[in-house]
Amino acid sequence: MRMLFALVLLVFALPTASEEVVLGLSKDKVAITATFDGSEILVFGAVKREAPIQDEPLDVIVAVAGPSEPVVVRRKERRFGIWVNTEALEVDEAPSFYAIATTGPLSDVLSNVEDLRHKVTIPRAIRSVGAPSDVKDAQSFTDAIIRIRTENGTYSLQEGAVALDQQTLFRTSIELPSNLTEGSYPARIFLTRQGRVVSLFETTIDVQKVGLERWLYNLSREMPLIYGLMSLAIAIFAGWGASAAFQVIRQR
Amino acid sequence: MQIYLPIAEVSVNAFLLLGLGGMVGVLSGMFGVGGGFLMTPLLFFIGIPPAVAVATEANQIVASSFSGVLAHLRRKTVDLRMGTVLLIGGLVGAALGVVVFNYLKSLGQVDLLVKLCYVVFLGIIGAMMFVESLRAIRRSKAGTPPTRKKHNWIHKLPFKMRFRTSGLYISVIPPVLVGVCVGILAAIMGVGGGFIMVPAMIYLLGMPTKVVVGTSLFQIIFVTGFTTLLHATTNFTVDVALAVLLLVGGVIGAQIGTTIGTKLKAEQLRILLAIMVLAVCFKLALDLLIMPSELYSIGAAEGH
Repeated sequence: MRMLFALVLLVFALPTASEEVVLGLSKDKVAITATFDGSEILVFGAVKREAPIQDEPLDVIVAVAGPSEPVVVRRKERRFGIWVNTEALEVDEAPSFYAIATTGPLSDVLSNVEDLRHKVTIPRAIRSVGAPSDVKDAQSFTDAIIRIRTENGTYSLQEGAVALDQQTLFRTSIELPSNLTEGSYPARIFLTRQGRVVSLFETTIDVQKVGLERWLYNLSREMPLIYGLMSLAIAIFAGWGASAAFQVIRQR
Repeated sequence: MQIYLPIAEVSVNAFLLLGLGGMVGVLSGMFGVGGGFLMTPLLFFIGIPPAVAVATEANQIVASSFSGVLAHLRRKTVDLRMGTVLLIGGLVGAALGVVVFNYLKSLGQVDLLVKLCYVVFLGIIGAMMFVESLRAIRRSKAGTPPTRKKHNWIHKLPFKMRFRTSGLYISVIPPVLVGVCVGILAAIMGVGGGFIMVPAMIYLLGMPTKVVVGTSLFQIIFVTGFTTLLHATTNFTVDVALAVLLLVGGVIGAQIGTTIGTKLKAEQLRILLAIMVLAVCFKLALDLLIMPSELYSIGAAEGH
């Protein structure tokens, strides 16, 4: 129903744009259950247009981001023979998850100017304003975030992973890793021609803990003392249970 | 089987956690150490956020120590009186330790200090125990009886108290001081402190090794229980799902460990503990000395 409403809005509110994205997601809610082990979201859609297809080829970029949060990046240096944290840089906003899929090499399908405007690529998505003057190479700190998070699978760039048929139908799949955090994940789909963004479609994917996970998380935040006492009670009961069980085993 | 941990917000293999818990539980039952000094680094290694690892580990230690202490109580190898005296010192020390910890946190060097603490204390204690137990084994082989009950300055202090289970008649000042020191270190290093307390009880207080293990476990239950509550109410970092998986393995392991412990000779027990302590110390020292493969690390920004 929401999709339909969005479609109606798109058709009537934006008659100026000649090409529009009609989008489908295999799911717009991701439930984190106790056995959650990552998830895959199928992003598919079509390009709706009134005019005939233009000569220049169309490209598609799909970008899904996680909730952003400030992080501190620390660098180690050798002091007195041991490796210690010396310089630190606080980055104002770094998404906890970021996946980009494109139809071709990112430098071809998106110009620098458009990247700056829409903040599509991973380095642009990380915002670091007002780096303290005592940190000389702030760039190497943001590079470190990208490197570390690409290694553990939370940042990914897949060039050529979007399949585009006859300049109209496109599809790709976005892999969500098992170490997801909660929040709403904005998903953006860009249609580009020769690096220029001709159309943008935005939606969100809700990632939420459910069931026992939800209950435990809420309890730990809302009634921390009860949660702490419950943890202790479980620990003591388990300790007593194992001891009693072993005594029975030994007496046989 | 993957399990998503609600507080840590990561997904890990459940059997891996059960196995880790079991392994550390065996050591806990054998030596009367909580096992935190082994488990906490292991949890970091499998990707649990450090704050969650430290807090949850405290909760797990409660379970394995409780399981272990019940086994010792049945065997009457717990000096409840000595345990209580140590505990009073321990709680005072833990409160002091939290103050010190927060001060260092504000300086931003808490990680380094924790690691240096580990290396220095593990190194000293491990080496001392190793040398002493080797000497004890050699003596018992030579057939000369060990000359323990020496009278030193400790016996000249006031406020004497009789500890029947340990067979001691000493002043309460040294046990309280030992408790305070262990409490401070436990709060800074995020562990129960058994690996410091056990040697202190043997060498400083002159308690018999068999009683030391149970008494240490008894004291650890309360100190770590207190720590768990502090973490749960101030930092919200106790992950009960992680704790349950670790403690199921841990409590079973502790029972097995206690059984193994009673079959070994006191000297053998001590030399094994010494080797283990030295191994952990060596590993941590290497981490500080060798250039890390990734020089940068990402941490959560503190609220402004």
